[in-house]
Amino acid sequence: MTYTFLQHYWCFVVALLAALLVFLLFVQGANSLIFSVGRTADERRLIVNATGRKWEFTFTTLVTFGGAFFASYPLFYATSFGGAYWLWMIILFSFILQAVSYEFQSKLGNLLGVHTFQIFLVINGIVGPLLLGAAVATFFTGSNFIVHHSDFVISEWANASHGLDALLNPWNIVFAFAVAFLARILGCLYLNNRLANEDLRNHLRTPLTISSIVFVVLFLVFLGRVLLGQGYAYDPQTGVIFLEPMKYLHNLLTMWPLLVMLVLGVVFVLFGIGMTLWRPAYRRGIWVTGFGTVVTVLVLLLCTAWNNTAYYPSTADLQSSLTMQNSSSSEFTLRTMFYVSLLIPFVLAYIIYAWRSIDKRPIDMEDINDEHAY
Amino acid sequence: MTDFIATMDAGVVDWARAQFALTAIYHWIFVPLTLGLAMVMGIMETMYYRTGSEVWKQTTKFWQKLFGINFCVGIATGLALEFEFGTNWSNYSYLVGDVFGAPLAIEGIVAFFMESTFVAVMFFGWNRVSKGFHLASTWLTGLGATLSAWWILVANAWMQHPVGQQFNPDTLRNEMTSFCEVALSPVAIDKFVHTVLSTWVLGAVFVVGISSWYLLKKRQTEFAQKSLRVGAIFGLIASALLMASGDHSAYTVAQTQPMKLAAMEGLYKGGTEQSLTVFAAINPFAQPDYENEDESEMKIALPYALSYLSTRDINGFVPGVRDILDGYTKEDGTRELSLEEKMERGKCAIAALQEYRKARKENAPEEFLTLLNDEIQENMPYFGYGYVSERAQVVPYIPVCFYAFRIMVGGGCLFILLFISVLFFLHKRTIAQARWLMGLALLCIPIAYIVSECGWLVAEFGRQPWTIQDMLPTWVGISQVESSAVITTFFLFLALFTTLLVVEINIMCKAIKKGPQL
Repeated sequence: MTYTFLQHYWCFVVALLAALLVFLLFVQGANSLIFSVGRTADERRLIVNATGRKWEFTFTTLVTFGGAFFASYPLFYATSFGGAYWLWMIILFSFILQAVSYEFQSKLGNLLGVHTFQIFLVINGIVGPLLLGAAVATFFTGSNFIVHHSDFVISEWANASHGLDALLNPWNIVFAFAVAFLARILGCLYLNNRLANEDLRNHLRTPLTISSIVFVVLFLVFLGRVLLGQGYAYDPQTGVIFLEPMKYLHNLLTMWPLLVMLVLGVVFVLFGIGMTLWRPAYRRGIWVTGFGTVVTVLVLLLCTAWNNTAYYPSTADLQSSLTMQNSSSSEFTLRTMFYVSLLIPFVLAYIIYAWRSIDKRPIDMEDINDEHAY
Repeated sequence: MTDFIATMDAGVVDWARAQFALTAIYHWIFVPLTLGLAMVMGIMETMYYRTGSEVWKQTTKFWQKLFGINFCVGIATGLALEFEFGTNWSNYSYLVGDVFGAPLAIEGIVAFFMESTFVAVMFFGWNRVSKGFHLASTWLTGLGATLSAWWILVANAWMQHPVGQQFNPDTLRNEMTSFCEVALSPVAIDKFVHTVLSTWVLGAVFVVGISSWYLLKKRQTEFAQKSLRVGAIFGLIASALLMASGDHSAYTVAQTQPMKLAAMEGLYKGGTEQSLTVFAAINPFAQPDYENEDESEMKIALPYALSYLSTRDINGFVPGVRDILDGYTKEDGTRELSLEEKMERGKCAIAALQEYRKARKENAPEEFLTLLNDEIQENMPYFGYGYVSERAQVVPYIPVCFYAFRIMVGGGCLFILLFISVLFFLHKRTIAQARWLMGLALLCIPIAYIVSECGWLVAEFGRQPWTIQDMLPTWVGISQVESSAVITTFFLFLALFTTLLVVEINIMCKAIKKGPQL
């Protein structure tokens, strides 16, 4: 195992975790629909209880994604978190609200009332995917930071907005909304899979249709911009970073298996949505579209880093841009963590086993009367 | 870097420290109960599995309900801590991410997923999975939480006693050289054992206290007596182990962080045959005059005990604050440098590093770079002292360390008495008549939380000003953000966490009042 291999491997692991996180944002997507789909208090509780059995996975994947990124690319962690302060803080606050809202909302003595905690879930359901999307979009569009290669002050943000400037870039906004609507699509598909209540399942069709149309338009616009616009390349010999026209399209053509995966991923996403809308009895859309989401996001993220690409470009100082090579941990650390990462298939296996065990039958009104129901 | 440090807004450092302390203190309100109750639930469900008794099942479910209410806030505050490493301490994150990040990543992969996967089965699987699988899920939830504690304490221990790494002047960071040294350092093992045992004791006190309330109210007495028995036996065993681990922890602290021990003891001028302070009158609101006084006033002490605790020899030499500042000769004959000498060595390391970076840029010959690197490595253990300008900066706030240590130890002894008394009256079958004991047990719940937080204060206050012992003071590890941003988020966290705590306590009280479904 060479250092270069390990850098590519950990980039893959981090991208995979990010892709899984985007899939698991179905929890947020479904929560954003609590009030629009759930017309009665019981229906809203049913939605909350459906997502409430999975929220820890999203949360844990977010934590693991952060930890893995920290360990394998500490310069990114220091630069992005320390620089884009407000962007990450708002994401953090929204997830803190989510973490407590499930457990607290239906308990006696919750002081703030059920409604407040459901509103917290909606806030997280909208703000979480939106800002995570904006943060990911900066991997293509760049961020306003400077890395001081020659000094111990590792990096600094080049303006006073500390990350909120990401929301001023229209392309970031396009991608952020694409992610938010994708989360809603996945949320609809998840609820369609988990709920026994036919009436409620029927109500999902309208938001699913609208979200799908908006998502496809936004995603294609962003994809077009990414593939046809300039990208951030670097010379592996000199380490010099430069702008290259259609860099990400070149990446896909050079790494053609990724192009095949991207096409397949998009097909799976659309197939899952299409089948769900076409056949009301079809419940497996979450798995088909979910798989397509993971593959598509994985490919897009790998395109930002592999094939001599700067994955965290700086718009303030091009040469400050982060690449796999200039921002990764040492070879020893990456190798050590490589061995630990061999446990991931085992972890996935028991997650699948446990998931299937408690998801044997869809959730119905009886489940919300369970003593531990949310 | 020197310019950066000179222009650094002291407010940012203080507020970032305050924010991290606030988050960690809140986090440490919830986590110990999670770890402690996980064990209690596991024991109770095992009893249910073996006996099939409905009482054990409902008892398990009741404690699981309280576990669930507490669990979610612990997760939320834990995420905040992970984010704050990056947002508020970005220089630190970069400097040590290579070493420190690895345990965090492993924690996620190995522990968090186990915990979050099986906690869902534990809560929702009662009627969906087999009895055996449910029991396994309850234990695996506890195991996941404990493994999570292991990795986070490995990371923490490395900050207290950095081992298994080397500074790389080309990348400007500490890089791991031995994973085993990091994961299995004596400090990490001590911290893990002592911390986890302390959470078990807190969990046991909680169970004993709540069960006592039911006995006081003459409600659900069978459930209460069963819970009391499990809680008291488990608590007593955990307390005995905790005492042993505490003794070993103190010994390790004496070897690795003598300044922390001196602060814990209020020992200004050390020596041989040192006694262990039971009580002394130290003004809690001011740093004592350690430069001129030898020991604190009104001192009541156990003769020779500190020397034995620190060196395993009643005649052993224990350095005080002033010895550490002035330098002293250690038991093995080697000399501990004075602060001035350490500052000199630290400045040498910084100067050599700057020269190295300049020479590297100018493509200087490798031999010259090697010489400079040798100088950096030789002085690296004192690197952080290069940023120290006065003696007071390296002395932690003594009153906090001193009193927190005594509350921690005193509380631990009180809980042992509590568990023994409860078991005695249970054995005599007169527990319901011992209302004073039930009242004391209930009172011990808030005391256990105070004691637990004091343990955290001893560990973390005692190592100030070091983010990484001797290598990185807090004011160098900070992010380049304005103090206004950190102040704003500090108060947002304060408001949010306080609200969550109030809501949680209220929900807990209602759930306890409602009681188990028996």
